[in-house]
Order: sequence, then C-alpha cells, then structure tokens
Amino acid sequence: MTLADTRLRWALWIGIAILLLALPFATEALLGRSWVRILAVALLFVMLALGLNIVVGFAGLLDLGYIAFFAVGAYSYALLASPQFGIHWPVLLLLPLGAALAALFGILLGAPTLRLRGDYLAIVTLGFGEIIRVFLNNLNRPVNITNGPQGITLIDPIRFGDFSLARTHEIAGITFSAVHNYYYVFLLFAVLTIVISLRLERSRIGRAWVAIREDELAASAMGINTRNLKLLAFAMGASFGGVAGGLFAAFQGFVSPESFHLIDSIMVLCMVVLGGMGNVAGVVLGAVLLTALPEALRYIGPLQQRWLGDVLIDPADLRMLLFGLALVLMMLLRPEGLWPARRRVQPAPREAAHGH
Amino acid sequence: MDIFAQQLINGLVLGSIYALVALGYTMVYGILGLINFAHGDITMVGALVALTVVQALAAAGVPAPLALVLAGGCAILVCCLLGVSIERVAYRPLRRAPRLAPLITAIGISILLQYTAALVWGKQYIALPKLFEPAAINIAGAQVTTLQLAIFGLACAIMAVLLWFIQTSRMGRAMRATEQNPEVAGLMGVNTDIVIAWTFVIGSAIGAVAGLMVVLYYGIGHYFMGFMLGLKAFTAAVLGGLGNVGGAVLGGLLLGVIESLASGYIGDLTGGVFGSNYRDVFAFLVLVLVLVLRPSGLLGRHGGERA
Repeated sequence: MTLADTRLRWALWIGIAILLLALPFATEALLGRSWVRILAVALLFVMLALGLNIVVGFAGLLDLGYIAFFAVGAYSYALLASPQFGIHWPVLLLLPLGAALAALFGILLGAPTLRLRGDYLAIVTLGFGEIIRVFLNNLNRPVNITNGPQGITLIDPIRFGDFSLARTHEIAGITFSAVHNYYYVFLLFAVLTIVISLRLERSRIGRAWVAIREDELAASAMGINTRNLKLLAFAMGASFGGVAGGLFAAFQGFVSPESFHLIDSIMVLCMVVLGGMGNVAGVVLGAVLLTALPEALRYIGPLQQRWLGDVLIDPADLRMLLFGLALVLMMLLRPEGLWPARRRVQPAPREAAHGH
Repeated sequence: MDIFAQQLINGLVLGSIYALVALGYTMVYGILGLINFAHGDITMVGALVALTVVQALAAAGVPAPLALVLAGGCAILVCCLLGVSIERVAYRPLRRAPRLAPLITAIGISILLQYTAALVWGKQYIALPKLFEPAAINIAGAQVTTLQLAIFGLACAIMAVLLWFIQTSRMGRAMRATEQNPEVAGLMGVNTDIVIAWTFVIGSAIGAVAGLMVVLYYGIGHYFMGFMLGLKAFTAAVLGGLGNVGGAVLGGLLLGVIESLASGYIGDLTGGVFGSNYRDVFAFLVLVLVLVLRPSGLLGRHGGERA
C-alpha cells in the first residue's frame, strides 16, 4: 500500500465518521425527531444482526430464537435498574452482566443441541425463544418477578455520575436531546461491535468457524474442536444480543414480553440473510435497510386510503409478507445476499461438477 | 370422576392429532432430509378452509355429516395443491444447495402462509358453528365424547392405511427406496421427483384432516394456530425418531399424553407455583430431553443424526 493510498483511506474514514456524527442533526432537520429515534433503533439492530451473524453467518448454525438473548439482556437490565425490586445498579456493571447472562443462556441451550445436526438446532432455538416469552409472561405469580404481560416500567436511563442520557444537555453551544445522546452511545457500541466482528472474522477462531460452516467433517479432521467452537459462536452471538438488550431497556425505559416475539427473531434473521450471511458490511446494510423499511411502509396505509379508498393491507402484515417473500427469493435467486462475503479461496473445481 | 383416566383420554385424542401432523414432518424428512417448517401452516390453511366451508354449508342448511365430509374434501384438495406447489417452487431448486438454504426458504414460506391467511381470513379467532351436540360416554370413570372417539378412530384408521400403503403399494416401495438412497432408486427406474411430490401430497392431505380435527375439537381457528401445532408435531416426530413413520405415531400419542398429564398435575405438584399456562413448555422440554438422551428417537434406526 502506498502512502497516497493510506492517506486516501484515512480521509475516507474521517469523512464517514463526520457523516455519522452529523447524521442525527441532519435527519432531525429534514425528517423530524422521530427519525432520529429510528436511527438509534437501527444501530441497536446493527448490533443484534452482527451478533446473529456470528452464529448464522460465520459458524453456519441457524438460530431462530435469537431475540430471546435480547430479551435476557433487556430483562436483566430492567430488573436490576428499576423500582421493580428497588435495585438501581450502574449501567457499567449491568451491560457486562447482561452479556454474561445471555452467553450463559446460549451455552445452556447450545450444549445439548450443538452436537446434533443444524436442523434440530433451528427448532430447539425456535422453541426456546417462545418458552422465554411464556416465562416472561407468567412469572408474575406467585412471586412477582417479571410483572407479567404489563412489563416493567420506569427503568433507569443510562447515567454516568450526574450525567443522565435521558436529559437534554448543552455542550459547546449545541443542544443534545435524549435521542441524540442515545444515538451517540449506540453508535459507539455499534462501531465496537463492527470492529469486533471484523477482527473475529480474520482471527484463528473466525477461520475455524467458516471451516465448520463449509464442511464440519473436514474441519474436525483438521484438528478443530468443532463442539467448543460452535458453543463459543453461540455464546458470543448471544452476548452481543444481551448488550443490545440492556441498551434497549435503558433507551425505552420500558420492557414487556411483547417486544420479543418470534417475528422479531425472524426480522433479525432477515437482516443477516438479506445483507449477506457472513459479510459484516452486508449485515450492517441489511439491518439499516430493514429497520427503515417498516417505517417507510407506514406511509402505505394512507396511500391505500387515497388510491383505493380503503386500507386493504395492514402495513404491519405487508411487512411480514415482504419478509417471507424476501427470505424465499433471496435463497432461490441470490443465496449470498445483496452484498456477499468475499471468498478468499478459489472454489475447488469439484464444486462446479456438483452443480453449486 | 377419575382425573387420571380423564387426562389420559384427553391426551390420547390430542396425541392422535399431533401424530397425524407429525407424519407430514417425518415423511418429508425421511426422503429429503428437510424439516418442512411450513407443514404446520399447511395444516392451518386446511383448518381454515374447512371452517369456511362448514360455515357456508351450515348457513345453507346442509346436514352436518355431509358438510363435514365436503369441508374435509375441500381442505384436502387445497392443502395437496399447496404442498405440491411449495415443493416445486421453494424446495426442488434447492435440493443440491447448502443445508441452510432450504431451511431458510421453508421459514419464508411459513411466514408467507401465515400472513396470507391473515389477509384472507383476518386476524381474529374464527368460531365453528354449532353442528351437533356430542354425546358423552362414561369409560372407567372418565367422560368421553363421541367427537373424541370419532377423532381418535379416524386418526388411527388414517395411520393404519398409510402404514399399509407404504409397506405394500408400488408407490410406497418407491418411497422407501428413495428414502434409503435417492440416486440408486433413480437408477432402478424410480422417478424420484414424482415420489417426492407424492410425499408432499400425502403429508399435506393428512395435515388437512388434522386441521379439520383441531377445528372440531377446539371449535375455533386462527391464522397463527399452525405454529404451536407444528412445533409440537415436530417434537412428536423427533420423539418417535425423525424419518420413521411408526415412530411419528408413537411420538404423537406419547407427547399428547405427557402434555395432558403434566399440565393437569403441575399445579398440584408444585403447590400452585406453576399452572397449566405452562403447558406449551412441556413439548419443548421433551424435545430437549430427547435430543440429549436419545437423539435418534424412540424408534430411530440411525445411530443419532450427527452432523
């Protein structure tokens, strides 16, 4: 790489950084504050999708209950930083705790199933996702832990000393409202997640995961401990979800079992599949696109009203239909996703004969 | 009234429905090695089609037995068409693709079916019109309705016919050959594409009947009803040994009984800490336990479906 290349690259990165830092203000000016909120949520989904990408994209394990780890993170934050039990632990303790708990759940779930074929894992995780929700819904009797379907309210915002993210601050003449504050915190975490993902991808572990995904038998013949590495992928993916969950709980100030449906797991899966399984940039793209899409679809309702005189399709249903269609079409037409992972190895000639 | 006998009978009736749906999973898995995620939703479509037909015919004053037979026929027809087209469009092109691909397509199809159903039938619960008053019979201190008997009897008859068909007919032999080795079966003159299509036809038809039974048993239908039913039927199939037709029957009946007894007694056993609202958890627990202790299922022949 020449000096000019390096400089160009630095200039590019600085440009992107400035763009991302200025984005909430530009968005607020152009589209209103609700879209700044959507931006913040999009960053949360970037974290979630990258977490799932470790499991599905790198290691090739289909996890259909991923949102359960998000729920574990969200509820562990909510229970330990709200009037529910009168406990108010600091966020710097709760986020690692959420990550650890989610990872623990991942291991508990993965240990019995990961030595089996991938299809079983898909169903077990699917069931697990639903079961977590059943428990969250019902653990309000006889001892009230989760407050049942009503959920937990008045969750503490993220606070560092006296600096609360939920309040409006004025720094150097610029006003930062609560959504802006959270946007920047989420941006920090999202960038961190992206960096970790990229580093993982090229690490020894990452290469071992890809080897398992491509051919498990060959991978274990090469001396890779497939079970431990699959567990590691599962735990690591879960911990990303746990952190995102904690941030989500602090951001919303409210969690209820309704936020953790199967549909949400499917949506995160769609982000990974649509963007390109295993490719970090593609997954980020998928997450942003699919967070913005439902918001854009909200305009469909009024449009139907105007053109057809009646709301024929509920935008929420339309979104699900599009998700389903997207999953099918992507697999049939472009299985590598919109932005496929670059394969660093030439495909073996044998593969062509197999009709891949 | 004897609670144990009552729960046992309820469990057997429910289990026979699970078994019928489980057959669809297990047959497709046996031949294609694919978990047909959409199967639960095919059952749902069958149930809702049957409901609509029964509603229309009951309003027109058609006698109940005839209405039920017609409804079952329509449901079977729709589900067969659906099953075959799904196989043709979504699974056949991916037969040589990496394992993850058809699995993801299957989930996509499942969502498509659910939300298309939500568009067609709406999201509210649809009630079955009152067709007849099932009489109750007393067996060993437990109440059994004629409806329960009819469901159980019909389910057993269908399973017996299916087993006979697979064991003796020409198509059944082709199915078993394709299951053992599709390539060699093809060399022996078996048209595996047609065999696979037939597998979907039979599985979907049985699913449609199961859907009608669910509607009759619970009196309601819903666009999301296929999800839990599918999950439980799949558990039943795994319990019996995925890919094993007899195993699916055994697994279904067993799961129904376990679930019924567990949700009947859990309140007493745990001193009211857990109630019957946890009933959906049992199927999942059974699934995990089977996978840990005996991954090949009760009647599975393969030494565990290891990767």
